Amino acid sequence: MKTRLVIPLIIIHFMAFQAKSQLFMAQGGETSFFSETPLENISAVNKQVAAIINTSTSEVAVRIQNIAFRFPNKLMEEHFNENYMESEKYPNSTFKGKIQEVIDFKKEGVYNVSAKGILEIHGVKQERVIKGKLTVGKEQLTFVGNFDVKLADHKIEIPTLVMAKIAESLTVKNYFVFTQKK
Amino acid sequence: MKKYSLLLLISFIAIVARAQDDLLDELNKIQKPVANYASATFKSSRIVSGHSIETIAAKHLDFRISHRFGALNSGYQELFGLDQSQIRLGFEFGLTDRLTVGVGRNSYQKTYDYYAKYKLLRQSSGAKVMPVTVALLAAAYTNTMPSQPNARFFNNLERQTYCGQLLIARKFGERVSLQLSPSILHRNKVETENDANTLYSLGMGGRFKLTRRTSFNVEYYYTPTSVGEISLRDPQFKNALSIGFDIETGGHVFQLHFTNSKGMTEKYLIGQTEGMWQNGDIFYGFNVSRVFSFDKSAKKTHK
Repeated sequence: MKTRLVIPLIIIHFMAFQAKSQLFMAQGGETSFFSETPLENISAVNKQVAAIINTSTSEVAVRIQNIAFRFPNKLMEEHFNENYMESEKYPNSTFKGKIQEVIDFKKEGVYNVSAKGILEIHGVKQERVIKGKLTVGKEQLTFVGNFDVKLADHKIEIPTLVMAKIAESLTVKNYFVFTQKK
Repeated sequence: MKKYSLLLLISFIAIVARAQDDLLDELNKIQKPVANYASATFKSSRIVSGHSIETIAAKHLDFRISHRFGALNSGYQELFGLDQSQIRLGFEFGLTDRLTVGVGRNSYQKTYDYYAKYKLLRQSSGAKVMPVTVALLAAAYTNTMPSQPNARFFNNLERQTYCGQLLIARKFGERVSLQLSPSILHRNKVETENDANTLYSLGMGGRFKLTRRTSFNVEYYYTPTSVGEISLRDPQFKNALSIGFDIETGGHVFQLHFTNSKGMTEKYLIGQTEGMWQNGDIFYGFNVSRVFSFDKSAKKTHK
């Protein structure tokens, strides 16, 4: 009698571990941003972004280390970390949310997705819907999506002296390639 | 049956608990930390007048304009020193992120200076751990004043001065940076009879960040006059103490300071400082630093 009870239990436990393996991860994701003003263009790229999709729950998360952004001008990089992002205090920018559409991760194709969640930059959390395109491939998922960040929304102060050189709103571009976590 | 349903419940809890695991925590575990090199230990390649451990980034040019005005105690007729001024123009270029070379021209004694600074170690945390930044400085100075009765040069070698410095600094958290700079200065010809050709000096410097864009800096060069009976230098020359503020405005760094030394190079700072704070021999001065990027390849990749 007892063994009969144990068998379904083992099966269910096995299913629980199955659920765990439904994670797709991106380690070298690319996030870049661009600020354009008549006076100066500023751009930076981070090629070490980590992102994750849980295909069983449609949950997503992105973690960006601020100090890994590379600028063409080293001084800008220093200012970015020291004056604007305060990277020592707020080392990471993150997004955590859930894909609102129902996606069949087993069927290859391109899906328009929108993830609703919390974007945290400079220690300030904002509820956002991030839109983009998710390509389901044979063994990998690819996400491409742009969104805008208003500096004021995240309490990133621009001194009046350089106000004309930094756009109030930046376009952030993302490109993540996910592979299944083993 | 009761037992069975209990086990089932436990198993469901296992599934739910698994699914609720925070994805960000998961990322925390897998994301490799990058080496976090201490940036802006000092805001500029100088703390006040002496070198900081900072080098200029590769293919970047630092154009520096420095002024030291006359002494505050020179009276109203000299507008408390503002009538007189000395200037140094400097062009300092980063060959690599660690190696900087520079040339400058000082109006005082029409002196040219040249230096190379190499960062041996970089303070970092994260993927690499290093407690301090260490840099080496080698500098030379050429006095191009015409030979005069009270300052006669018999050959060009006599016009040269050399300096070597070991710069060791650590940034303590976000606000405080401290530096030690043991230095050797060698003059081929000295100003006064009693002075020694070679001076040994210990520089100390610090930065305290006041706001996101301003900081308070202190710099002191201690050059012993004698050890016991042995004289090491002419006692008329003093130790240089400078205090100042760094103000950063985007591409510029303005350094405003008060000092008892009019020196903008180690030659003067260590070897020829005559002023004394207690006598009011205080000089107001400033450095303006503007950094330009000549890194074309980087600009392309960021298109």
